[in-house]
Amino acid sequence: MSAEVINKEDGSRAPAGEKSKAATILKVSDLKIHFPIHKGLFRKRVGEVKAVNGVSFEIKQGETLGLVGESGCGKSTTGRAVLRLYDPTAGEVIFEDRDIAALSAEEMRATRPRMQMIFQDPQACLNPRMTVGSIIAEPLVEHTSLSGQQRREKVMELLEAVGLNADYVNRYPHEFSGGQRQRIGIARALALDPDFIVCDEPIAALDVSIQAQVVNLLEDLQRERGLTYLFISHDLSMVRHIADRVAVMYLGKIVELSTVEKLFDDPKHPYTQALLSAVPVANPEIEASRERVILTGDVPNPSNPPEGCVFCTRCPVAVKKCFTVPPVWRELNPDQFVACHLVE
Amino acid sequence: MSGGVLRNSTEEVPVVQKGDSVLSVQDLRTVFHTQDGLVHAVNGISFTLAPGELLGVVGESGSGKSVSMMSLLKLLPMPPAEIVEGSVHFGGRDLLQLSDAELRQLRGGDIGFIFQDPMTSLNPVFNIGFQIMEPLRIHMGMNKKQAADRAVELLELVGIPSARQRLRDFPHQFSGGMRQRVMIAIALACDPKVLIADEPTTALDVTVQAQIIELVKGLRQKLGMAIVWITHDLGVVAGIADKVAVMYGGQIVEYSDVASIYSDPRHPYTQALLRTLPTQEGGRTGRLVSIPGQAPNLNAPPAACSFAPRCEHVGPKCWAANPPLFDIHGQHSSACWLESEGGTA
Repeated sequence: MSAEVINKEDGSRAPAGEKSKAATILKVSDLKIHFPIHKGLFRKRVGEVKAVNGVSFEIKQGETLGLVGESGCGKSTTGRAVLRLYDPTAGEVIFEDRDIAALSAEEMRATRPRMQMIFQDPQACLNPRMTVGSIIAEPLVEHTSLSGQQRREKVMELLEAVGLNADYVNRYPHEFSGGQRQRIGIARALALDPDFIVCDEPIAALDVSIQAQVVNLLEDLQRERGLTYLFISHDLSMVRHIADRVAVMYLGKIVELSTVEKLFDDPKHPYTQALLSAVPVANPEIEASRERVILTGDVPNPSNPPEGCVFCTRCPVAVKKCFTVPPVWRELNPDQFVACHLVE
Repeated sequence: MSGGVLRNSTEEVPVVQKGDSVLSVQDLRTVFHTQDGLVHAVNGISFTLAPGELLGVVGESGSGKSVSMMSLLKLLPMPPAEIVEGSVHFGGRDLLQLSDAELRQLRGGDIGFIFQDPMTSLNPVFNIGFQIMEPLRIHMGMNKKQAADRAVELLELVGIPSARQRLRDFPHQFSGGMRQRVMIAIALACDPKVLIADEPTTALDVTVQAQIIELVKGLRQKLGMAIVWITHDLGVVAGIADKVAVMYGGQIVEYSDVASIYSDPRHPYTQALLRTLPTQEGGRTGRLVSIPGQAPNLNAPPAACSFAPRCEHVGPKCWAANPPLFDIHGQHSSACWLESEGGTA
């Protein structure tokens, strides 16, 4: 990315008030996804992995909702369920007034061009035997009636939009670096002019200097095309940079959801506090002086989550009630939701 | 000056006093023979490690940080890898001249190694008790019972509860963080003088990473070994390292005590790398700064500064010759022509 792109813009954002007036594009209520566990000769169903166990959130038009959590907490499963790549066990996913979970296969196919996904591993999500041009054109072949010539023009346009040279159209994925491959994945996601994109750890596989390029590109595209993102990541500092609001997941539940400022300046849930204190800061003085909340133990098995609060087994401040009664998901302040007995 | 001596150039190799350092690497060069010719992965790195010191090695993928540390113990498959030059002095011997049998004596004995992925570095068909006891019986000549007792001690040391029962458990019965603790226990089994940790927390979640870092900090105080900690995370290094070596294109481009790297980075690459990080404290930043361009192609030994194509301070000198490490002050050096006597690139 060249210097002029970096200087083009001062990075200012729309004030929060303006965004909150925007229409809700996606509303998820009490979404559950349970994967069955089969055992024995007759593959008897013996239990289920409760990967997502009742999450609710809304995403407004044009905003970025960050979804953070540790591996195995169900954040990717949530992202996939929102696109109905998994069928939900229970709950609703309402995308522009229609419940996606209840659509027929044909109706779903007609809806798919509106919602796209950018995957984590740019190496694995591109077919090594297809040229870049045919990878990006594939959604156009599937969902539009463009002629070959029109498709080629569209592909060139997309390559330029993501900052790749249009001459690369006949090359294969292995000829590109990781950051460039991620750009190809982004171009493919943009091919059908979607409104909503699920970004599933789009920068996790990239080096730090390349991460910044891809994040800047995602922000530019959002501004130019009015995209809405669900940005799934375990990198809290990058989420702090890109997201408007952030949801923190733990063991299949969202434990806290608030604006990025509130979440990072004044985290309410003990898990959010522990998570933030665990992020290393690139400053030896701060590192030497800061107080860490070191969690003990491991995440419980999602097939057998604790009876009360999901976090009770590792929570440093848990009281008796936390082990028996699940906390209610409630709105503490406008735009600040938390599920914890101890937060006043 | 303990551990502060290093040069990129072959000339004026400093005389390292015995006892000054536990490990001293001079002008190490490693190449890979591939179908497309040679890949120069490590291009003359030199550093010394003082007893009890923690050296953080930072760099992006392909900067040669893992390959250089694997070269120390000849852990690379040869061929295709070949160590073409250099010396690695440890305990009065040059490790690169040792026979395979002599090296096996050292690996897992005096020098411990923690690998990045605890999933693939433990053997899935042996229980972890066997895997911890193996080095104890080979290197320390313990019998089964002594080794088992020591293994329990080690597992307790790294914070695994009900250690004696868990000796019979297999790797798949442990979580990622616990598996990495087992790896650390194995690496520590024979009281190594030097521990090389290759991205030991990269595959782990941040809360588990925080646990492992606290653990290593505690172990250092108790056991006093020297550690080389390879990572790409500048945040992790800030928390634990005494010295930092920043690698780029198979060379050390900046070497310093940990405070100066962050407060006064001198090499343009280090500066750029620090600027790419989104801030954790204070207000939100505007656009992220990225480093334009690509990582260098390593198909030839560096004839110019390998960062020159991406550097904002680039000058004619940078294209003419590869800069050696210039001393800035005692503990801080940078391989950039801006630090040369004239001060221009």
